[in-house]
Amino acid sequence: MGFFLETLFGGLMAGMLYSLIALGFVLIFKASGVFNFAQGAMVLFAALAMARFAEWIPKGLGIESKIVGNLLAFAAAMLVMIAVAWLVEKLVLGKLVNQEGITLLMATLGIAYFLDGFGQTIFGSDIYKIDVGLPKDPMFLFESVFPGGVLIGKEDLYAAVIAAALVAALSLFFQKTATGRALRAVADDHQAAQSIGIPLNRIWVIVWSVAGFVALVAGIIWGSKLGVQFSLSLVALKALPVVILGGLTSVPGAIIGGLIIGVGEKLSEVYIGSKIGGGIEIWFAYVLALLFLLVRPQGLFGEKIIDRV
Amino acid sequence: MANSRKIGEVVLDVKNISLRFGGVKALTDISFDVREHEVRAIIGPNGAGKSSMLNCINGVYAPQEGSITFRGRTFTHMNSRQVAEMGIARTFQNLALFKGMSVLDNIMSGRNLKMKTNLFQQAIRWGAAEREETQHREFVERIIDFLEIQAYRKTPVGRLPYGLQKRVDLGRALAMEPQVLLLDEPMAGMNVEEKQDMSRFILDVNDEYGTTIVLIEHDMSVVMDISDRVVVLDYGRKIGDGTPDEVRRNPDVISAYLGTSH
Repeated sequence: MGFFLETLFGGLMAGMLYSLIALGFVLIFKASGVFNFAQGAMVLFAALAMARFAEWIPKGLGIESKIVGNLLAFAAAMLVMIAVAWLVEKLVLGKLVNQEGITLLMATLGIAYFLDGFGQTIFGSDIYKIDVGLPKDPMFLFESVFPGGVLIGKEDLYAAVIAAALVAALSLFFQKTATGRALRAVADDHQAAQSIGIPLNRIWVIVWSVAGFVALVAGIIWGSKLGVQFSLSLVALKALPVVILGGLTSVPGAIIGGLIIGVGEKLSEVYIGSKIGGGIEIWFAYVLALLFLLVRPQGLFGEKIIDRV
Repeated sequence: MANSRKIGEVVLDVKNISLRFGGVKALTDISFDVREHEVRAIIGPNGAGKSSMLNCINGVYAPQEGSITFRGRTFTHMNSRQVAEMGIARTFQNLALFKGMSVLDNIMSGRNLKMKTNLFQQAIRWGAAEREETQHREFVERIIDFLEIQAYRKTPVGRLPYGLQKRVDLGRALAMEPQVLLLDEPMAGMNVEEKQDMSRFILDVNDEYGTTIVLIEHDMSVVMDISDRVVVLDYGRKIGDGTPDEVRRNPDVISAYLGTSH
């Protein structure tokens, strides 16, 4: 039982991180109807910026305190992500207003590869460490219930709390503010949104900045766990099945989807994998996503597609 | 048209507009004007260029020749958003509502330009942002009452029947408090009863808010009842302009609609 719970918690934590990345997809899709292939590249880019700024800024300014150094690096990395958002709007999306979804998708694919390469050009291509002071030491839960208790990384627990807070804030923002409403309006119909005076370009800069912010948070958490390296942008591929599962338009869906996949992966690897030979973790998410596409294409929480004929 | 509103000066002046898509001439040398508080219709058979004309006024298309002047401001290259800022709202022929959003949110989104608080104030829902939201909500509730869609406030518009969606489209445009309202076939695809309702709403808007209305229709009968003046287009050219009675007697208009007999 103790082992099962450990696997379960491990899965939940991994799932939370998938969720964070999926959240970036959902945000941009909700607000602009664009399936942003570059989300993974943005995570890598943001993490690289954070790792390098945390190194350069204290050295350059002679700052001793680690907290101040990290805060400055975070602010600088955020500014970089806003600049990326602004450039994406100015140079790419702004020119493609009212184009087909597939055109926009291809554009983000281009952005993805550009960011992957360009990030390494300016920030370097080694493996970097991010140390924002998340506690590394594990802790034991339920020691009185099971012999030995259940082992949980404190770092994972912090990450989960941060992710949950982020999701709550974003849901409220989308549902309750005038800007959130404008974002949803743009997602539904560019043309109509413009006709009531919603500035498309400003909305896009806002939403890509928010997605940049989410990418930065995800990048920091992943980066401090695994180190910042190119493979970070591949983690984003795990977020694709998550959004299919949760529904492309649902912020809570991204979270639940991430958790289901995280847990499913770990449990199936441990319990089924031991019987049929392992390797399940690699394809589990995709097969689950395929099943969902067949049975419930809008995902768990996505808006049902209603077509009046 | 026995109401008390007073038709004023020219607010919208369209001069010598020509619009081409590649080799296709959508509009050729169209001129007409719209006076304050009037209901001005643009009619014509299918493919006459009515929607193209409306899209020029709305800033969706940029005509190659000619000019459009709104309250003394001439605009040649403006996008829909700038046109919206000047006080021109529109509805769409093929509904362009925000389908996933509720009726209330759709109409509230029409208040976007009137909202002055910034993103951060809204994010923390602080003082001004909260008050602003409440104020706009009151205004939107009046529109909802006016259009008699109270029962559907929270329904996602994608689920409403077509006739009601058309009303929501009108409501969203009204929420902008426009000076000029462009209606693109507001009665297309409606049954007789729905058409009557919509005619009533249009006349009431015109009457109560004094909104100038430019209306496109290809169904002549409805238009003739509610318009002050009518422009008739055919194959991208203007073939008639005047009061409904004048237009009805115009031989060019009759042949465009009924076909010539020679």
